[in-house]
Amino acid sequence: MTSVNPPPPGEGAAAALAVGGDSYLSHAKGLRSWIFTLDHKRIGVMYLVAVLTSFFLGGVFALLVRTELWTPGRTIVSADTYNKLFTLHGAVMIFLVLIPSIPATIGNFVLPLMLGAKDVALPRLNLASFHLYVVGAVFLLAAILTGGVDTGWTFYTPYSVTTGTSVILTTLGAFILGFSSIFTGLNFIVTLHKMRPKGMSWFRMPLLLWSLYATAIIQVLATPVLGITLLLLVAERTLGIGIFNPALGGDPLLFQHFFWFYSHPAVYIMILPAMGIESELISVFSRKHIFGYNFIAYSSIAIAVFGFLVWGHHMFVSGQSGLANMIFSLLTFSVAIPSAVKVFNWLATMYKGSIRFDTPMLYALAFIFLFAIGGLTGLFLGALATDVHLHDTYFVVAHFHYTMFGGTVIAFLGGLHYWWPKFFGRRYSERWGKIAALLVFVGFNLTFFTQFVMGSHGMPRRYYNYLPQFTPYHQASTIGSYILALGFFVMAGYLAHSLIKGERAPANPWGAATLEWRTSSPPPYYNFEHEMTAGDPYDLDTVRFVSRAEGWVPATEGAGS
Amino acid sequence: MSTTSPGSESGHHDPHLAHHFENAEQQADSAKLGMWIFLATELLFFSGLFCAYAMYRANHPEIFIWADQFLDKKLGGLNTVILICSSLTMAWAVRAAQLGRRRALAILLTATLVFAACFLGVKGIEYNTKWKHGLLWGKYYHPHVEGAAESGAAPVTAPPAAAPDKAAAASDGTEIPPAAEGPAGLAPANAPAHEIPASAPKNVQIFFSIYFVMTGLHGIHVIAGMIVIAWLLRRTLRGEFGDGYATPVDNVGLYWHLVDIIWIYLFPLLYLIR
Amino acid sequence: MAEAHQTTGVHVVPLKVLVAVWAGLVFLTWLTFAASRINLGSLNLWVAMGIATAKGSLVLLYFMHLRWDKRFYALVFVGTLLFVMLFVGGVLIDTTHYQSQMIPGYAPGMHGQ
Repeated sequence: MTSVNPPPPGEGAAAALAVGGDSYLSHAKGLRSWIFTLDHKRIGVMYLVAVLTSFFLGGVFALLVRTELWTPGRTIVSADTYNKLFTLHGAVMIFLVLIPSIPATIGNFVLPLMLGAKDVALPRLNLASFHLYVVGAVFLLAAILTGGVDTGWTFYTPYSVTTGTSVILTTLGAFILGFSSIFTGLNFIVTLHKMRPKGMSWFRMPLLLWSLYATAIIQVLATPVLGITLLLLVAERTLGIGIFNPALGGDPLLFQHFFWFYSHPAVYIMILPAMGIESELISVFSRKHIFGYNFIAYSSIAIAVFGFLVWGHHMFVSGQSGLANMIFSLLTFSVAIPSAVKVFNWLATMYKGSIRFDTPMLYALAFIFLFAIGGLTGLFLGALATDVHLHDTYFVVAHFHYTMFGGTVIAFLGGLHYWWPKFFGRRYSERWGKIAALLVFVGFNLTFFTQFVMGSHGMPRRYYNYLPQFTPYHQASTIGSYILALGFFVMAGYLAHSLIKGERAPANPWGAATLEWRTSSPPPYYNFEHEMTAGDPYDLDTVRFVSRAEGWVPATEGAGS
Repeated sequence: MSTTSPGSESGHHDPHLAHHFENAEQQADSAKLGMWIFLATELLFFSGLFCAYAMYRANHPEIFIWADQFLDKKLGGLNTVILICSSLTMAWAVRAAQLGRRRALAILLTATLVFAACFLGVKGIEYNTKWKHGLLWGKYYHPHVEGAAESGAAPVTAPPAAAPDKAAAASDGTEIPPAAEGPAGLAPANAPAHEIPASAPKNVQIFFSIYFVMTGLHGIHVIAGMIVIAWLLRRTLRGEFGDGYATPVDNVGLYWHLVDIIWIYLFPLLYLIR
Repeated sequence: MAEAHQTTGVHVVPLKVLVAVWAGLVFLTWLTFAASRINLGSLNLWVAMGIATAKGSLVLLYFMHLRWDKRFYALVFVGTLLFVMLFVGGVLIDTTHYQSQMIPGYAPGMHGQ
């Protein structure tokens, strides 16, 4: 009854789909069947569309910011507008893109499939999560349309209490988006605890699932604190409760403690799933079992836990006490360790592997390089003496773009290109994929490496105007941002083309051993023909290559569990 | 992990079993785990307020000691007992649902709602009293109660006229009136019972900000709980929960008990400060 | 059926236990009231918190069924409490060190450093 090897290709759903049979995409028709779907795959796709749209919006804000900074003084907008542009760029990118990105899009789609399950544990909660995302996005959009916000995405008091811009709409939007995030995390924790298949103990799970689990823990524990913080900010503005307002006896630094208790772990919400994708890609595209599985799994949990201990490193120069400064600086250094453990394991996986430079692997390799730079530059910021000079300069901006963009977004793109055939049943043009990856990589480094140099020379962040000596750096950075944009347009082009005219993809085009590749591309709405039993997710000898059209199939000697 | 194959239990015939679960136990466990994790998020949601409380009380104990005189301990105690009763009726309701006793379930859910309404009623009386005396939060704190008429009630930007010696003393650090001096702990060690400092300390409005936000947010959760319990009642009256399927009642009960637990902590922290 | 089980065979709490817990909670409420009338100095807060924790434990163990449920749910709850303490602790460590210096006279209850 339970089979380790699903029917060979040529039979069953895989063949049916190859000739245009029923899949989750065609299963039910009409807008209502999507808006009210309980199918995790459709929810994942809707999230994907929403997140990519938000990424486009945030990217437009970024281009406007960089264009304004082409020259000192006014280039295209006023200073007030500039403040709103960088605030909205940050808010949109963080709350609408980075936090949901991997868990809500790739995670929603792939997690149940990797478990051989029919859906997540709480499908209605999953849909609610998506609806909340849309509502939160509408609030942010309303904030933009009513004049925007100019506080910086961090909403520091007392300015955020007194400014006349649309702070309430933005914070309420972020509050709602927070609940979207909490529900996704809650769902994943329950699903991973309750719906693992036969043969999949915790230490036989694909590492993406470990990283999603660790992420979910952070989502569930940290996001409510953001919720109360934003609620208190709204109460300050509307009711004048004063707990952050010195004029009413309050303490503005308390806001920062509250805000960063969430927002630091938030960056680990962003990076942990990226690292999970990384483990999948490096293994498959080196044709080698992941090295140090246990270490990578434990380090995910370690990052989640340590991430809660370091929030004060955002407040070194805000008036935080000397004692707290020292404690947080020390703890900040410890956070680098589990991340480094992962990097070493990925490199060890690649060593003596048979590396293929398909597009997903290009992103995976870029991730290691870019995230390493981002992580290492964090050490300069974690050390008190150097942070005094670097805080609120472009050095910080470059640091977090290398980790959040060079880390999370790059890994997201790698995952998108890896699972694209599974989502939509189509291949994309490998040639154009490589071109776009190159443009993104070159554009990214040109944009942000210059910012490290600028920042260490004293260029402050969030400044509209600047000294003429910084002009060449800003211009190089702006040129880089346009190259980046070009790369993304090329990407949008070939991905859209693949949806319409792409070559049909087989069940397992890349030769991976995790369960999602054992059903057709795209999967049927019920996910699997048979109940699945899990084996070692990184035993790549369990599959063998047949042809480009048929992809990889289970090797006839079942290696499995 | 229960992975019995579908059809080997009453799975296919169980009207409550969702298609993606193997069996009823997996489904009930998933729902319960989901609710416990949600409770964890609620705990962390309130933690910000407990943190603000702890921070302000640790650093400004004089404010809390002074403001406590305006809170009616008896009403607070009454509300505590009311919520405890509502927890009893809720837990009892879960038992009724588990035993398939619909009539008892309906009565107990109604009782829970009644207790919750009483809680809100008492809260309303308290809020009304504070409103009448001007003991509101932050910028709306304009007390006109005996004992709080000292201008120590004014925000810190205007130096309190009734306590100029305190302002001067604090800035030169030589002499601080005993009313404002807080020892190592969070309550004055040597103050005789019930002594209230003669003049109000600065920034008393901070206490009321915290009081209103904490009890207000708690009250919102009570209201939300009432709405969900009313929904359960509606389902009961329409014929559900007669077959021993109690998961929704069980999980709503968990939520309700957490609301009770939060009040169990709020009561001594807000009402029984010494 | 006095001891009928729901479909998943879950334990049903006896009514006697529920009422006993209720009585315990009411008693402890009276106790915390009484304790607050006695001057114990800085201990008053801890006594009150201790009693509140005892009450909370009764609710958790009996009304919320943790006494008979999977240990994992208790782990979730206790783990969360640890994070709450981390948060409050961190903020307290910091604020108690700088608040007295922030504005003169702002924290007259604290001795400046």
